[in-house]
Amino acid sequence: MTQENISTKHYIKRYLKKCITGPWSLLCGLSVSLKYFFNPKKIVTEQYPENRKTLKMHERYRGRLSMVEDAEGNNHCTACGMCERACPNASINVQPTKNIAGKKVLGRYVYHFASCTQCGLCVEACPFGAIEMSTAFEVATTDVTSLEMILNKKEGQG
Amino acid sequence: MYVPSVTNPIGDYVREWVPQLVAYLPESLQGETTCSVIAFAINAIICIIAVCLVNIGSAPILIYMERKVCAHVQCRLGPMRLGWHGTIQTIADVLKMLFKEVYSPQGADKKLFYLAPLIVLIAPFMIAALIPFGHNLLVANVDMGIPLIIAVNGFGVLGILLGGWSSNNKYSLMGSLRSGAQMISYEISFALVLLFVVMVSGSTNLMEITNGQAGTVANWMIFKVPVLGFLAFIMFFIASTAEMNRAPFDIAEAEQELTGGYHTEYTGTPFAMFYLAEYIALVTNSALAVTCFLGGFHAPCIGFESVDQILLKVPGVIWFFAKVYFMIWCYMMVRWTFVRPRVDQLMSFEWKFMLPVNMLLLVGGAAYIALSI
Repeated sequence: MTQENISTKHYIKRYLKKCITGPWSLLCGLSVSLKYFFNPKKIVTEQYPENRKTLKMHERYRGRLSMVEDAEGNNHCTACGMCERACPNASINVQPTKNIAGKKVLGRYVYHFASCTQCGLCVEACPFGAIEMSTAFEVATTDVTSLEMILNKKEGQG
Repeated sequence: MYVPSVTNPIGDYVREWVPQLVAYLPESLQGETTCSVIAFAINAIICIIAVCLVNIGSAPILIYMERKVCAHVQCRLGPMRLGWHGTIQTIADVLKMLFKEVYSPQGADKKLFYLAPLIVLIAPFMIAALIPFGHNLLVANVDMGIPLIIAVNGFGVLGILLGGWSSNNKYSLMGSLRSGAQMISYEISFALVLLFVVMVSGSTNLMEITNGQAGTVANWMIFKVPVLGFLAFIMFFIASTAEMNRAPFDIAEAEQELTGGYHTEYTGTPFAMFYLAEYIALVTNSALAVTCFLGGFHAPCIGFESVDQILLKVPGVIWFFAKVYFMIWCYMMVRWTFVRPRVDQLMSFEWKFMLPVNMLLLVGGAAYIALSI
């Protein structure tokens, strides 16, 4: 605590001001907690195993990586390899192939889920919006080999 | 031979009933003295059981309530798994606490170490005996009720200081010294606010203070004296929160800085006793607030004949406990909303704000009394 050099008049003025602003700020804080207390809809806790059937994950939740596919299973991937380079853990392995016209297209999109930290850098790096973080969160498994997966169902169209 | 007697209807009923029981005893033992001694013993046991039930019985309810209130303020649900909405959770926790090993740290002053939690428990139990719970439900009708409460409240400081000092731990000592300074400072405001109540109601007897607030809501101390009553109520609220060492004035515990303060070294049952004392103090302080400001066991009549008749049918005890639990809820909301002030801020708040305001309150109370006569 440093000693302040202020006049008595100034001190009293500040003291009286604090007497009004102090309780007011406390009331503002109290109103927020009262609002939360009387509004059960604001509760964010999920009763997880019980409400497993109805549970809806948050949109921005980052779960397992997945490919954006249309109804026929086509994807937008061009096998440019931006995601592979963006990945800090080398969890992605894009293996390109050549189609009949001789153009480079996606062959296999290998994803090592075991080393993935769900950071989402690959999704940010993708210029075509071909991959996304899905909301799947029940991903525990007893089989290590099942964590190495091929994400694309079809070869890329280029 | 002088035998003290309990002067309330339950005591009278026991006194009436005991001579019939004594008739079964051998001739040589029968007599006035035997009757009164037995009556007193039975009355005393009833009183002790009642006080213990109110105090110890309310602790698990309060712990559950605190968890739920805290959770809902923070957008959570709180305990949900054990029993309906987690109602048995507290009992499980208490059992766990009781089965834990009790040990004291190396170099601790063992006698004081185990004495401290007992001393902390004295104050709330004694205050509970003085509070009128209903028209006839009062253990001790003491004429000097409020001075006695102010005096007895000091035991809490002693227990905390002993607990911190005998633990042989610098954090405990620091916490207990802080809390000692805090509680002694706030005791002044606490006493001054109660003095205001005594001044306005003209009595130090808690039963008379309560009966002075009979009638409608407007007769309650908080509304009886315009503005000043409400101000006094808020002052009492702040001072009693500090007296109970509850957040935002919980610098004695200060988990972040002192790892729990005076009860850092306590385990098992002694720790549970500190915990119990904290919650019983919550009940007794709320009960005191209700008795002094919110009309005690009187129904909140609003002046309409038809509504009042329904309200008056409900027994006073239920009104009393409804008000007490409302007060406890207020204390909890404050606890989970406000942040803890620094030690120097806490002290300057007491000496630079609370004390002058309480002095002004006393002057205002005197002016009110002078004007109303």
